[in-house]
Amino acid sequence: MIELLDLVLVAVLLQNFLMLGTSRLRAAIQFAGIQGVLVGAALYIAHADAGLRVLALAIATVILKGLVIPSILLRAMRNVSIRREIEPFIGFTTSLILGALATGVSLVFSRSLPLLDEHLEALIVPASFATVLTGFLVLTTRRKAITQVVGYLTLENGIFVFGLTLVEAIPFLVEIGVLLDLFVAVFVMGIIMDHISREFSSLSTEHLTSLRE
Amino acid sequence: MSFVDVAAALLVPALFPPLMLGVITRTKARLSGRRGAPLLQPYFDLARLLRKGIVRSRTTTWVFFAGPVVGLVTAFLAALVVPLGARGSLVEFSGDLIAFAYLLALGRFFTIAAALDTGSAFEGMGAAREAAFSCLAEPAAFFALLVLVKLSGSFSLAEMLGPGLPGLWTLGSPSLGLAAVSLFVVLLAENCRIPFDDPNTHLELTMIHEVMVLDHSGPPLALILYGSAVKLFAYGLLLVRMVTPFELETTAEGVAVSVAGLLLLSILIGVVESVMARLRLLRVPSLLVGAGLLSAFGVMLLVG
Amino acid sequence: MTTALALAAIACLAASGLAAAGARGRGPACADRIGAVLVAAGAGLGALSACLALAGRGDQLVVQTSLPGGALVFGVDALSALFLLPVVAVTLACSIYSLAYFRASDHPREAGRLRIAYGLTSAGLLLVLVARHGLVFLAGWELMAIAAFFAVTAEDRDPDVREAGFLYLVCTRASTLCLLALFALFWIATGSLELVAAPLGRIPLSLQSAIFALALAGFGLKAGLVPLHIWLPPAHAAAPTHVSALLSGVLIKAGIYGLVRVVSLLPEAPLWWGESMLGVGILSAVLGVAFALAQHDVKRLLAYHSIENIGIIAIGLGLALVARSLSRPEIAVLALAGALLHVVNHALFKSLLFLAAGAVVQATGIRSVDSLGGVAKAMPVTAFCFLAGAVAIVGLPPLNGFISEFLIYTGLLRSVAFETGRAWLLAVLAVPALSLTGGLALACFAKVVGAVFLGEPRSATARAAREAPAAMLGAMGALAGLCAAIGLVPSLIVPALTAACATVLSLPADVIRAPVAALSLLNLGVLALCALVGVALGLRLLRGPRGAAGTWDCGYAAPGRRMQYSASSFGELLVRAFEFALRPRVDAPRLAAVFPGPASFHSDVPDLMLDRVVSPASRALARGLNHLRALQQGSIHAYLLYVWIALVALLVATGASG
Repeated sequence: MIELLDLVLVAVLLQNFLMLGTSRLRAAIQFAGIQGVLVGAALYIAHADAGLRVLALAIATVILKGLVIPSILLRAMRNVSIRREIEPFIGFTTSLILGALATGVSLVFSRSLPLLDEHLEALIVPASFATVLTGFLVLTTRRKAITQVVGYLTLENGIFVFGLTLVEAIPFLVEIGVLLDLFVAVFVMGIIMDHISREFSSLSTEHLTSLRE
Repeated sequence: MSFVDVAAALLVPALFPPLMLGVITRTKARLSGRRGAPLLQPYFDLARLLRKGIVRSRTTTWVFFAGPVVGLVTAFLAALVVPLGARGSLVEFSGDLIAFAYLLALGRFFTIAAALDTGSAFEGMGAAREAAFSCLAEPAAFFALLVLVKLSGSFSLAEMLGPGLPGLWTLGSPSLGLAAVSLFVVLLAENCRIPFDDPNTHLELTMIHEVMVLDHSGPPLALILYGSAVKLFAYGLLLVRMVTPFELETTAEGVAVSVAGLLLLSILIGVVESVMARLRLLRVPSLLVGAGLLSAFGVMLLVG
Repeated sequence: MTTALALAAIACLAASGLAAAGARGRGPACADRIGAVLVAAGAGLGALSACLALAGRGDQLVVQTSLPGGALVFGVDALSALFLLPVVAVTLACSIYSLAYFRASDHPREAGRLRIAYGLTSAGLLLVLVARHGLVFLAGWELMAIAAFFAVTAEDRDPDVREAGFLYLVCTRASTLCLLALFALFWIATGSLELVAAPLGRIPLSLQSAIFALALAGFGLKAGLVPLHIWLPPAHAAAPTHVSALLSGVLIKAGIYGLVRVVSLLPEAPLWWGESMLGVGILSAVLGVAFALAQHDVKRLLAYHSIENIGIIAIGLGLALVARSLSRPEIAVLALAGALLHVVNHALFKSLLFLAAGAVVQATGIRSVDSLGGVAKAMPVTAFCFLAGAVAIVGLPPLNGFISEFLIYTGLLRSVAFETGRAWLLAVLAVPALSLTGGLALACFAKVVGAVFLGEPRSATARAAREAPAAMLGAMGALAGLCAAIGLVPSLIVPALTAACATVLSLPADVIRAPVAALSLLNLGVLALCALVGVALGLRLLRGPRGAAGTWDCGYAAPGRRMQYSASSFGELLVRAFEFALRPRVDAPRLAAVFPGPASFHSDVPDLMLDRVVSPASRALARGLNHLRALQQGSIHAYLLYVWIALVALLVATGASG
């Protein structure tokens, strides 16, 4: 059902913009969670005929990306009692404009990639590229660690969307492994954020500058 | 090879070499106006030494006695590799010139080890010099042998110095001449003759071979003396066979020519020793490298 | 069956260290013994597999996987078998040696780690030898290289050891890089990673030459060809003795194995391949032994001799390549047989030398040759083993070194005698070069034997030495016995050689039977005659009057221990002759006043390549790259930005080209 899938992917793209524009941390985490749910749904919609395996994967994705990970991040946020993101390096407005540019570029760009016929006209590849670029944008320009983790989650969502084209090819184990990877990464980041805030009494990653000679 | 050949090939290297030493000493004596010792004196010296007992240094181990033994055996085997006439040699196989060189190297190794075994400064010094100079003499000898190999198209000494030898001289006499000169220099170096070493000196700072055998006495010293004579015989026979391009048919002819040639060679060595002085030690490498370059030039004439 | 045995051997060796680590609870001696038993089992299986392969029963094992590159192929053929034999012999001997040398009770911290690393190194090496597929080869190579690093740096509390290990690691990474490129090119050229001979004419010559150049660089780094030898001496000096023996005996032979394999896979070799290998071989042989003369440390000295012997093997290989390019089958077979036999021989006598030297170093605690002396009286068996090893390595009859050098000489002489042309010029040069090497090696080893074992002890600890324990003596004796066996009865190994040569060159190898038979007779004759004359002399001496006294030394009344000729003095004439290459550094005292006080003199010969070329080059490179430090600000955001830019650039590039 291509049209439903397209709707869902447009919703994913919308979440990107919402995330770029908000300065409230709680909202950003919630947007990321909603995006995860949408992505899991997209998985089921795109490959409903592939059977139990896809259903199990979709449910696991929704639970993990929509419930578990946001709860971890919310708990971390409560521990360090931060509510708002301070002004990022390039400003919220500029971030939005850059995000729009990134989406446009990915739309134009995916025409020239050597895709399979069924994927050529669909929104899957452009949406994935746009989400990845948005995630990178958030990672690079936000100062607080929690927002950077949210950007990482968006990045992973983008990669997951791209994986929609490869569901038949990737073994089940690999997919589950990727999800587990994500879970572990966020868990670890939660711990690290706690350490950062204790060390520097703030969650801004600008203090982490020893990785050089 | 017939029984006569085998007997000649065994007896000549066994009995003749000390006579060469006697001839050299006599020549030197006559040239300096003395009468000199009898020609058979080295035989009497050997007999005398064999009768005596030994005094051995407490510092030494079994290696001290291995030196003379291995030196003699290897010199004798090396002498057996060189053909006496045109009838081939007792130890003959393809590539035996390598065996010739390496047998003598084995003897040198154990002689040096025996010298170092005594733990004395002088013997160590002689051993060091012997090692260094023979190192530089080896390539010169090999270049000279390479000339023979290239000309004769074979690499067994019996074939190289065998029936085809006169033909080789007509083919490449300049190269063979250079090789012969270089081989003569190597002979002087390896057998510790002037200008490399003075066999009669007893000044420690000027000895090489003499100093390596300072602590030997009695039968081991006899073996050393005899072994050095056989080594001189081996090198000398190689040189003599190379420069006598005669067609040799029977065993008797071969033995006669070789013995005559060796006697002439001994006289020549005696003359060289009387006429020249010993080289400064630091000049010796230059002379050896020069000899090597001579024979290398001989090889280049053939290859280029 | 054959390959399965070899794989089982690999498993045993890999498990030896781990099983021993698991048994640590039962006591250190038990762990040692379990490790040794497993190594022995692995060695036995490997030897069995090699013998089966040499008897003509070599086979292959194909394992299907879903990895890219196709199915993995393992196989044992005659060439692998010929290399397998010395590997298992040396591994077993060193493992038995380490039972007494590196006891777990003496080194509680390091012994377990070392045993694991040792097992993994030998397992990796065996894997390289049975690999018939590029991926398997690389996996084995990496395992061997990394495990060897941990084995070399076993005693890592010493900063010198750490530095040597680091240099080794850098060089081995460079070698792996070259090999990765090599196999990638091979895949492009032949379409598969399986190591079978490339069909003639299908691969462009430039690609083949690139493959050969990468092989020479990558395998040459491992083998220690000058100028890529810089890691060898420090690594050998830093590693525990049985690891040095393993390194020198078999690890660097993996490089030679790789070269021979690559050469056998590319049958249309142009002339410059053989010539370059011949040239590199001559350089390595002469420079290696020249540097060895100048060393004070006995293990560094032996390491440089390994470089020399690798040079001799390269001379043989180079000549074989030249002969193959010019279609002279007999010369090619002789040279290759000599090179392969020298691989086997060198593994045996070099390990023997290292083990004996290690026994001396352990007994006296001194590594410098100038402070030892007179050890033969306290350690007679060790001295005899070292002497046997020295005679073998100089290539003197009646031991095995003579036979392999003789075969190479025969090949060279054949080319001098029968061939004309510019192509054989290097071969003509190689003969005197080889003889010079032999002479220098003789000087060096006579020096070492004399300075370490003979004469009077030069220091108190040298005086207090005691004979090595039975395990060490057993290992040394076994290796010495093998050297003597190959030297006196080389017909034992001729079938193996002919089979291996046939695998590489696809030519009949009967031409080596005749010279080897003649040599065998000569060696036996030398030994028999020496024994005869020796016995006669002994009987004569026993009958006559005997006296003992101090060294007469031309009547010098009061000789002292320190007045003996030291090793450095012994080598001084030759070091001076080779000054242009060695460039010794001399720290001489400057006389300032009329009555000068005590002063010291120190002379040293650092490695020319390392000291004059590699270190200054790396310092200059570091200075140049310092300017790039501006990119490294420390801010995480900057780093993430770099990743983003790279990603966008990649996308644009793909889009532009797609």
